[in-house]
Amino acid sequence: MRKNFDIPSIRKRLEGTYGKKYWRSLEEIAETDEFQDFVKHEFPQGADQWLNPVTRRNFLKLMAASFAFGGLTACSANPPQKIVPYVRAPEELVPGKPLFFATAMPLGGVAMALLGESHEGRPTKVEGNPDHPASLGSTDALSQASVLNLYDPDRSQIISQGGMLTTWSAFVETLRGQLDSQRASGGAGLRIISETVTSPSLISLFQNVLQDFPQARWVQYDPINRDNSKEGAMMAFGEDVNTVYQFDQAEVIVSLDANFTQFGPGNVRYARDFTDKRRVREDSTAMNRLYVMETQPSATSTLADHRLPLSSAQMEAFARALAAELGVDVEAPPAESLAAVPENWLGAIARDLQANAGKSIVIVGENQAPVVHALAHAMNDALGNVGQTVIYSEPLEGTSTNQMQELRLLADDMINDRVEVLLVIDANPVYNAPADTRFAEAIRRVPFRAKIGLYVDETGALCEWNIPLSHYLESWFDARAYDGVVSLTQPLVDPLYSSKTAHQFVAAMIGQSESSDYDLVRDYWSNELSDSNFDTLWQTSLHDGFIADTAPPTKSVSVSTAEINAVEPAESSGLEINFRPDPTVWDGRFANNGWLQELPKPISKLTWENVAAISPATAEELNLTNGDLVELRYRGRSVQAPIWVFPGQADGTVVTTLGYGRTLAGRVGSDIGFSAYSLQNSDAPWSDSGAELTQVGRGYKLASTQTHYNMEGRDPVRTGTIDHFREDPEFVQHMGEHGPFDPNSSLMPGWEYNSYAWGMVVDLNTCNGCNACVVACQAENNIPVVGKDQVLVGREMQWMRIDSYFEGELDNPQPLNQPMLCQHCEQAPCELVCPVGATVHDAEGLNVMVYNRCVGTRYCSNNCPYKVRRFNFLDFVDYTTESLKGQRNPDVSVRVRGVMEKCTYCVQRISEARIRAKIEDRRIADGEVISACQGACPTKAIYFGDINDPDSEVAKLKAQPQNYGVLTELGTRPRTTYLAKFTNPNPELEDPNAHEDNGHG
Amino acid sequence: MNQIFHPSANVIAKASIGVLIVLVGVLSVFLYFFVRSSWMTGVNISEPQPVPFSHLHHVRQVGLDCRYCHTSVEEAASANIPPTETCMTCHSQIWTDAPMLEPVRVSWRDNVSLEWERLHDLADFVYFNHSIHVNKGIGCETCHGRVDNMALPMKVNTLQMEWCLECHRNPAKYIRPTDEVFTMGYAETVPAGHDPLVEGHELVAQYGIEVGRLDNCSICHR
Repeated sequence: MRKNFDIPSIRKRLEGTYGKKYWRSLEEIAETDEFQDFVKHEFPQGADQWLNPVTRRNFLKLMAASFAFGGLTACSANPPQKIVPYVRAPEELVPGKPLFFATAMPLGGVAMALLGESHEGRPTKVEGNPDHPASLGSTDALSQASVLNLYDPDRSQIISQGGMLTTWSAFVETLRGQLDSQRASGGAGLRIISETVTSPSLISLFQNVLQDFPQARWVQYDPINRDNSKEGAMMAFGEDVNTVYQFDQAEVIVSLDANFTQFGPGNVRYARDFTDKRRVREDSTAMNRLYVMETQPSATSTLADHRLPLSSAQMEAFARALAAELGVDVEAPPAESLAAVPENWLGAIARDLQANAGKSIVIVGENQAPVVHALAHAMNDALGNVGQTVIYSEPLEGTSTNQMQELRLLADDMINDRVEVLLVIDANPVYNAPADTRFAEAIRRVPFRAKIGLYVDETGALCEWNIPLSHYLESWFDARAYDGVVSLTQPLVDPLYSSKTAHQFVAAMIGQSESSDYDLVRDYWSNELSDSNFDTLWQTSLHDGFIADTAPPTKSVSVSTAEINAVEPAESSGLEINFRPDPTVWDGRFANNGWLQELPKPISKLTWENVAAISPATAEELNLTNGDLVELRYRGRSVQAPIWVFPGQADGTVVTTLGYGRTLAGRVGSDIGFSAYSLQNSDAPWSDSGAELTQVGRGYKLASTQTHYNMEGRDPVRTGTIDHFREDPEFVQHMGEHGPFDPNSSLMPGWEYNSYAWGMVVDLNTCNGCNACVVACQAENNIPVVGKDQVLVGREMQWMRIDSYFEGELDNPQPLNQPMLCQHCEQAPCELVCPVGATVHDAEGLNVMVYNRCVGTRYCSNNCPYKVRRFNFLDFVDYTTESLKGQRNPDVSVRVRGVMEKCTYCVQRISEARIRAKIEDRRIADGEVISACQGACPTKAIYFGDINDPDSEVAKLKAQPQNYGVLTELGTRPRTTYLAKFTNPNPELEDPNAHEDNGHG
Repeated sequence: MNQIFHPSANVIAKASIGVLIVLVGVLSVFLYFFVRSSWMTGVNISEPQPVPFSHLHHVRQVGLDCRYCHTSVEEAASANIPPTETCMTCHSQIWTDAPMLEPVRVSWRDNVSLEWERLHDLADFVYFNHSIHVNKGIGCETCHGRVDNMALPMKVNTLQMEWCLECHRNPAKYIRPTDEVFTMGYAETVPAGHDPLVEGHELVAQYGIEVGRLDNCSICHR
C-alpha cells in the first residue's frame, strides 16, 4: 500500500517557496498521486458509475427513472391533480405566501432565537430573529439544520410499551401506579434525568414534583455542559455565575481554547459583535485584535491575528503565566511548562491587554479545566473588564448543578439498586455518558424505566416505555437565551405524531396529564408576571420571541485567588487526548440529520466521520498518515479510529469529536465513526494525558471535500496586514497571477444591464467558516444529501462550499476561509458551451440554470473555472420518504437526475421582491432581497444587492480598494467578489518576514 | 459466392430512404398537432367536479366579482380556491336544501375539504404569479376565457410555453387598463375606431413593463 505523503518532504517543499504560500491540504503540497488524479478529472473517475450495491429499492428507483426518461412522460397529458381548499381558511394565511413566527430552539437548555418560515402550515426553514439579542437576525448551522429533524422519518412516532403501540392514558395510569408506590418513601427510589433545563416554567413543574417526592432526585445531564465554567466560577468567586461578554466593547481578545464564534451559548451574537469590530473599509481601518491559544484550529481561529497551538495541559500553564504577568496573585509556572510558548509572547500579550484595560476580554473554552476559567475571571478582574466587557449574572439554570457529579451519583444509585423508577426526559445517557459510569449496565437494574424523547435511541431501547417528544417546532416551550432573557418557543405545526412535550410529561407526574403545553407555559407566566395587562404582554412576547425584562440583573462578585493557588498544576505525560463537541453533529443528537452529516467540518472539510486528529509533528514521530487506522487506547479502553493529520494542531495531542458511533440514531446516523464517549471518563471529560496510538490498518477512505475542486494554486484568497492596507490601500489589486484583467482584451461583447444588476460581496475579513450559510442554502434550495460513498467520488451537491486554505508553515499555519459559490460571471464560460441553451444570461446579470432544458452534457461544469456547478448523477432526491416532502421549499424546483444545478443567487427571493416592487411601482429597495446564505451568516460576511444602484451597500463595497474577484484574469467578470482578509498583528510579535504580501505572482 | 443482395435491393434501399423522410415528416406534423391537441392540453374539456359550480350563474346572473372568491389574486401567486366557508356565506341562507349543494354542506359539517379537479395545471418547474399579471393589466379573461359564459369550468388556453411567450414578447396585444382587469368581454366595450394596440403600447409604457426582459428564463423558471 502506498503512503499518502511523508511529512519531512512536505516541510521541505514549504521551505523552498518564497513569499506568501497558500495551500489547501497536505495531499496538495505533497502532490500525491491520488491528489493529482483527483484534480485532473473534472469529476473524479467513476463518478458516473453506480457504486451502491443493487438493492431492491435502488433497482426499482432506477427502473422508474429509466421509464420516466424513456420519454413516456412526453406522450401523456398531465396526470390529474386535485385542488383541496380549506374548509375554513386560517386567518392571515394567503396560499403561496409564507408566514414567519418567532420561536426558539433549545440546545443544551439554552435558547437560540429564530423565526420559523411556514408554508401553508409546513415549517420549511428557519431564519434568525432580528429582534432578539441572541440572534440579531442570524443563525448558526445547527439551528438551520434543525428543521430536518422535525421531518426525520426515524423519529419516535408512537407511544409504546415494550415496542407495542399503546396510549398516553395507559402510560399515565402506569406512571401513577409507580409514583404511588414511591409516595410512602418520599420518592427515595425515584430518579429523573433530563437535559439541562433553563425553562422557568419547567423548573417550577419539576419543583412541584420534588415537593411531592422530597427524597427523589432530578439529574440534569448534557455531555456538552458547563461544569467547568461553573467550577471555575466557584473557585474564583465562591458562587456560580453566568458570564456574558460584550465583544462590541472589546479591542483585545485572548481566547484560551474558546471557539466562541461557533460553539456555546451566545455564539451567534458574539460572532456578530466580534466581527463588527473588524469591518475594514477604506475610511475606517480600525480592527480589534484576537489572540487564540488552542489545541486544534477552529472556526474562531480563522479570524485570529495570532494563534498558538497549545495542548490542554500547556494551556493551564499559559493561563497561570499570563495571569502572573498581569499582576494577578498567582504563582507563575515553571519555565519548562511554557516551552511551547515563544518567549516574547506572554509579555507582549500582557502589555497589549493592559494597554486596553477595560476594553479587553480573556475568554476560556468550556473544555478547559476549572482553574483556567478561574484564572480568566481573575485576569478580567485585574484588567478592569468586569462590568465593561464581561458581565456576570445569575446562572441560567437558576440553581446550577455539577452535572457530571450528579450523573455519577445516579449511576452509582442504579448499580446499587437504589433506583426503582427512572424517568428519562430527552436525555441519552446510555450513549453519551462517559464510559466509566457504566450507565448502560446500570440502567438495566432499574425495574421501571420510561423515556420521552425525539427518538427511540440507545437509552430508549433500554426503556420499557417510550413516549415521543415533540420537536421544538411542534411545542410550546420557554428557555433562557445566553444572556438569560426568557425566549418563547411557539409551534409552527401541530405535532406530526402522538408526541408530548417535556412540560406535559412532568405535569403528568403531578396529576396534570391532560394539560396542554400551551396552558402549562402560559399559566406559569401569567402567575409569574401577574400583570393586569398580561394578554397584551403575552401577545407582544410571542411576536418578539422573548419576554422583555426577564434577563437576570447584573451580579457583582469579588475574586479570590486562594483556591486557584490551591490547585496543583496539571501534569502531563505522553500523548494527551482531547474530546470536543463535533461542529456538525454536536453531541450526537444531530447524528441522523443528513444535512449536518454531509456538512464539511470547518477547516478539515471532513464529512460523515470523526477522526483521531494529530499534528504533523506527532504524525511524523509516530509514522502515521491520513487514513491510517489506529487503535486509540486510553485508560484501558480502546477504539479503532482513522487518523487525520491536522496542520496547526498542538503537538502531542489527539483530538476526537463526540457524537459519532451511534448505534440507534436512525437510517442516516447509525454505525458511522466511533464513539468517543466509550473512552471518556467522568473525572476528565475533556482532556487527559495517557493516550496511546497503535497503527492497525491503512488506506481508510476519509470523505474530506478538501481536495475537491482544486484551484491549482492561483491564490484566490488575498490577505495582508492592516498596516500594509493603511499604507497602500491598493495592494490587494496587484496580487493574483496575472494582475488585473483588461476589459478591452475580450472578444466577447459585454452585456448591458439597464435595470438591476445583482451582485454579491463576501467579506473574508469577517467570515469564520462556520457553515451556517451552507446549511441555509441546502434548506432553502431543496438540495439533496448524497452519502459518504458519493462524497468520496466528489458528487456532493451543496451549491455553496467554504474552501479552506492554509497560509504559512506546517506546524502553525493560519487557516483561511473562502465561501465559494456560483460567481455569476458577466462573461460566463459555462454559457458558451451549453449545446442546448440550458444555462443562459438574464437581463439582470444572473447566470440562469434552466433545469427543464438541461440534458446533462456537463460541458458547463467542465468549463467553469470556479468549480461551482453540481451534477445530480443518481437521482439523489428522496422521492419515497413521505415525511421529508414536508420540508421542501415550494418556491424552488426539485431537480431530478441528469440535471446540472448551481447557486441561483436565490432567484426565487429576487422574483418575489421584483413582483412586490413592480406591483407597488417602485424599485426594489437595497436590502430587500436577502439571499439564504446572507440571512443566515452570523458574522454578516455576505452582502447582496443591486450593483447598478451606486448607493447600495454592495456597490459601495465593490468600490473598496480591497475588493477583488477570483480568477478575473480569465475575463469572466464575476459578480461575486471578495474583500481581502487582513490581520492586525501585535507589532511586538510581528514576523520580521512579513510584508511580502504583494511579492507573489 | 452468390450475391447476398438481389439487384432490387438498390431500389428498396433508395425507396426506404424516401419513405423514412416522409415518415419523419408525417411524424413531426403528427406530433406538432398532437401536443397541441385537446387530449394533451385539456383545452375545452370539463372534468366532473364534486359540485357542478357554474361561473355563468354566479358571475353573469348573480354578478359576483372574481375577487369575492379568488381573494388573493391581487396579492399572491395563487388566486386562491375559496374555502367551503365562502360558499356557505350565501348557501347557509339560500338554496339550503338544494341536493346539488350537498357536498358543500357535508364539507362544512364534517370539516372535510372539497376536492376539485384541477384544470389549469402548470409544470412544476414553472412559477406563475397571478398578482403581477392582474396588477399590470392582464385581464382574467385573457387567460381564462369568458368564464361568465361557462356553465362548467373549462380551460380555454393551452398554458403551453409558446402561448405564454406570445404575450410575454408582445404584451401590448393583450394588455388592458387595470380597472378593466376583471371585466368580462372587454373587447366588446372598446369603442369602434379605437386601436387597441396603440392603447396597449401606451399601457405597457405606463405600467413600466420591461418587454425585453419578460422572456428571460428566470422570470418563470427557478
